[in-house]
Amino acid sequence: MMSETVIKVENLSKRYRIGLEDKADTFAEQLKNTFLYPIKNIRKIAQMTRFDKEDDSIFWALRDINFEVKKGEVLGIVGHNGAGKSTLLKILSRITEPTSGKIEIRGRVSALLEVGTGFHPELTGRDNVYMNGTILGMRKKEIDAKFDEIVAFSGVEKHIDTPVKFYSSGMRVRLAFSVAAHLEPEILIIDEVLAVGDVEFQNKCLGKMEDVAGQGRTVLFVSHNMEAVERMCDQSLLLDSGNLKDIGTTYEILQKYENVRRQNFKLKHEWIEDEGLFELEGITLVSIELINDNHGIPRCIRVRMKYLREVGVVPMIQLFNSKRIKIMSSVCSVRHENHNDIVEYDLELPLESLIDGRYFINLSLVRNGNQRVLRFSELLNFEIYRPLKRMDYMEKNLPIVKLRDDWSINTNL
Amino acid sequence: MDDITIIEPKKGWQLVDWKELFHYRDLLYFLTIRSIKAKYAQSVLGVGWAILQPLIQTVIFTVIFGNLAQLSSDGIPYILFSYVAMVPWNYFSNILSGSAGSLVTNKNLLSKVYFPRIVLPLSTVFSALIDFGIAFLVLIGFFVYYQFIPTWEIVFFPILLMILIMTSLGTGMILSALAVQYRDVQYAMTFMVRLLMYGAPVVYSVSIIPDKYLYWYALNPMVGVIEGMRSAFLGSKPLPWDLIGIGALVALLLFLFGVFYFKRMEKYFADIA
Repeated sequence: MMSETVIKVENLSKRYRIGLEDKADTFAEQLKNTFLYPIKNIRKIAQMTRFDKEDDSIFWALRDINFEVKKGEVLGIVGHNGAGKSTLLKILSRITEPTSGKIEIRGRVSALLEVGTGFHPELTGRDNVYMNGTILGMRKKEIDAKFDEIVAFSGVEKHIDTPVKFYSSGMRVRLAFSVAAHLEPEILIIDEVLAVGDVEFQNKCLGKMEDVAGQGRTVLFVSHNMEAVERMCDQSLLLDSGNLKDIGTTYEILQKYENVRRQNFKLKHEWIEDEGLFELEGITLVSIELINDNHGIPRCIRVRMKYLREVGVVPMIQLFNSKRIKIMSSVCSVRHENHNDIVEYDLELPLESLIDGRYFINLSLVRNGNQRVLRFSELLNFEIYRPLKRMDYMEKNLPIVKLRDDWSINTNL
Repeated sequence: MDDITIIEPKKGWQLVDWKELFHYRDLLYFLTIRSIKAKYAQSVLGVGWAILQPLIQTVIFTVIFGNLAQLSSDGIPYILFSYVAMVPWNYFSNILSGSAGSLVTNKNLLSKVYFPRIVLPLSTVFSALIDFGIAFLVLIGFFVYYQFIPTWEIVFFPILLMILIMTSLGTGMILSALAVQYRDVQYAMTFMVRLLMYGAPVVYSVSIIPDKYLYWYALNPMVGVIEGMRSAFLGSKPLPWDLIGIGALVALLLFLFGVFYFKRMEKYFADIA
């Protein structure tokens, strides 16, 4: 028997008007702008709700989205930043209205875009539980019935009558999540921003969501975190620049997402002709490139440059992670400065030691080993991603790198 | 399953979904509680400010307008004359400024969760009720002190209150929807409320208005409300039904327009807040 369709999305589109900035190049222009400011502003602000003229400031966050969700399905929604995930979520949860199209939802819906919506610092934990619960659509008597359970789950029993401004951020999040966890919708729509805080808390959230999914409820889950999607969702939907790229099993979709993502990486940078000529420093930069091994894992960073004269300048490579924490910095230790030869520097690195995530490479040129003469930020960027391989997921705090580790046992002592 | 939600673009003028609003009545209740508790949290006098604020205002007006400027108060002690007006006026201005700012103040809610947006301006009617109630008790104190007995016409007080609420809420809803888009509304608010106050007979008597302008003057619904309050409570004159009638009509129009305008603009709130 075919299971029942609970969410049906038809030709859904949403457009926004994004602000256009005025730029002033001269002081006089700036002065003129200052006086014309109110006039321009009223036009600009009024346009926020008018869409009669199609121009550059109109942005389609979603275009012609069609899909269906069956009862009991756990559907992941993946895509880059700006792919339209949040917009889709906001329309499904009725926060914002679609521009065109139609959605039919059967069943009681709860949408969690953040925890602790409506929390007021001056109110006690108790008041905030009621405030937050009713904002999420619960009735007072429902909260009354579950109140003790909510408080027990949060572990802040002792402080439930203290204003939440005296709570630690951890306590606040626990209490807020605990309210959210006691919603009993037939359809649950959740955003990954929900999984804020430490990894332990994220795991608790995911665990609770898995419970919900296990009870045969329908769940829509938006995330960047591929492992969470893989863990929770059997079906997934891939959005790219507002279009629905594909819908299918999570395994297939994550593969496709990976391909879409790859297109955004910059694995090679070339200086065209004079761009790379630095007369004063006596060099011409040609290219910097990330070289993969046979398995597609980055192995080596290659810099090509030409010397105009003997200057004693060598490359220095720095590697940063997505939080811009410096993982590695290395100055070239070999030198070869034949006039007008192209020199190729290869820096081999154990990049397989990097944990999953996005990385950026800076190139500097250094003289005498310590004096920086040129610097280029984030010339290359790439991602380490091990598809569908669970690594250290249970670890509380992920390490910055994962060094090669070989355990061995010796019993013949 | 019986709950079916259809999500699609809404066109034109919308009616309020009363059934849904009724479902969210607990939210209305807790929003009201939240703003009352938050308002007086961590203040020494707490709700005592609800007594002091109108009282101090009235004393200032009594000194300036009653004693120094010698404005006529229709033969009633000036302090009583102006306090009777101050009680409804403060309720009016609290609802007006509270509801006008309600969407901007709660914009984090607008972009994170769905609920009938009208709950936000509506809750200020209830949260401002506390201050109003307390000020009203002080009014009774005045009556005891001056040994005044209100006339039987105070039975019409609920009508005056309805006019007051419809005017302030209606205007507040229009302004709140405007304020989401044009933040200028917030800045203009304080001086607008002040201006409105001098456009109503709060510190002076309606008898100084020339007769030929009286009905134009009554287009401000607070004219009828305040003069009605004075007549009903102080018995200085019979109830001015003509002023009240004009005010009631304007109040009704403002309220209806407010509701429809709010519902019409509602779909943009989350996107532009």
